Amino acid sequence: MTVVGRSYRISLPALAAASLVLVTTALVLVFFVAPTDADQGFSQRIFYFHVSIAFTSYLCFGLGAWKALVHLWKRDPNADLESYVGIHQGVIFGSLVLITGSIWARISWGHWWLWSENQLVLFLVLFLFYCAYFMLRYSVDAGPARMNMSAVYALFGVVLIPVSFLAIRLSQRFIHPIVFDSHAPSNMTGAQWLAFLVSFAAMLLLFATLYNVELAGKRIDAHLRELKELLT
Amino acid sequence: MNYAADVRALARKDLLLELRARDTLPAMLLFVVAIFVVFHFSLPDRSSDLAASGLLWVAIVFTALLGLGRAFVPEREQRMFDGLVLAPCDRSAIWLAKSIATFAFLALAELVALPVFALFFHGIDGTTVLAFLLADVGICAVGTLVGAMAVVTRARDLLLPLLFLPLAIPILIGGVGASVVASPGRYLLFLALYDALFAVLCWASFEYVVTE
Repeated sequence: MTVVGRSYRISLPALAAASLVLVTTALVLVFFVAPTDADQGFSQRIFYFHVSIAFTSYLCFGLGAWKALVHLWKRDPNADLESYVGIHQGVIFGSLVLITGSIWARISWGHWWLWSENQLVLFLVLFLFYCAYFMLRYSVDAGPARMNMSAVYALFGVVLIPVSFLAIRLSQRFIHPIVFDSHAPSNMTGAQWLAFLVSFAAMLLLFATLYNVELAGKRIDAHLRELKELLT
Repeated sequence: MNYAADVRALARKDLLLELRARDTLPAMLLFVVAIFVVFHFSLPDRSSDLAASGLLWVAIVFTALLGLGRAFVPEREQRMFDGLVLAPCDRSAIWLAKSIATFAFLALAELVALPVFALFFHGIDGTTVLAFLLADVGICAVGTLVGAMAVVTRARDLLLPLLFLPLAIPILIGGVGASVVASPGRYLLFLALYDALFAVLCWASFEYVVTE
């Protein structure tokens, strides 16, 4: 009974309202304030979201792995739940990276998928990896064994991210000899920086909201299960 | 008993079991030759040797999967897992011994597969052989750990490829790179880095996979 029902420092509705405001601000800044990019035109605006979603997604996977480590260390069931929710949100944001990247690739290069985009390929690998995480988790009965296995697999993920990144960069040399120029504008103006930072903050806050909502739901589930077990 | 003796005893048990029952290695050999025949017919005329080199890596990864899928089956069928975990030895010794046994099977399978490949498609240079040796270490280290996970799940054989293939993509990139480019140094180095990194990780985390 003691493991569930930790109190929140910030209330969920306040968090949700704040992220709504920040996401709206980010949309206004990206579409109306930031200047159109000289080389790439209007389609460059998707990067304010694409890049910030990608960073948020890495953060989710990192959080998931950190909580997994905490679980293995302290055997805390709360940490297992937090690790799962972090990875779940990471996969959601990761799918958004794939979708936004795909849209950009279609507009800029005329193809829905580009193997020469390292970031996209990396997210595809991570997407496959973390989907297998869910398969693993739901194929074992709830209990300490499942928590341990999920935690070990989550730790593998955070090692796989840099290793895959390196591997995909290496693969460019024999799969795609032509490397496109870096797409991020090298000299961003003040307004562009502002739009990027605000969209990044908006995504982080959105993540915090979704994370806390899902965690609250999962905790209620766990609580309910414990009550049921007490009754029967 | 000390650690090395534990590992030796456990690896010896796996090798003896294979020597007497012969379920894994013949299956791997047959599979790899069959897959070469399939590849021959899936490569159209005038496709380059490079394509065949890439497919060789696919064939080896799939063959390894076949072996890894069998790795923990005796333990499961004869309910030996609990006994192994309860034995007064370090749990990572179980992983190390099983990795050594799988490495031996995979290396033996390659000992036949690579000459057959050379016969069917084109010759293989020393770099490729070295790349295979390095890749086998990584495949067996990671594969044994995820194999131990998959074997206790409900999905079992279904789950192993799903868990293993995303982790094997860097191995495949390093291996194919080493076989097809002119200066393979960085790819071999990458494979060695992968092996070192994941071997340590698997060695440290195996205990949590088999205990509660």
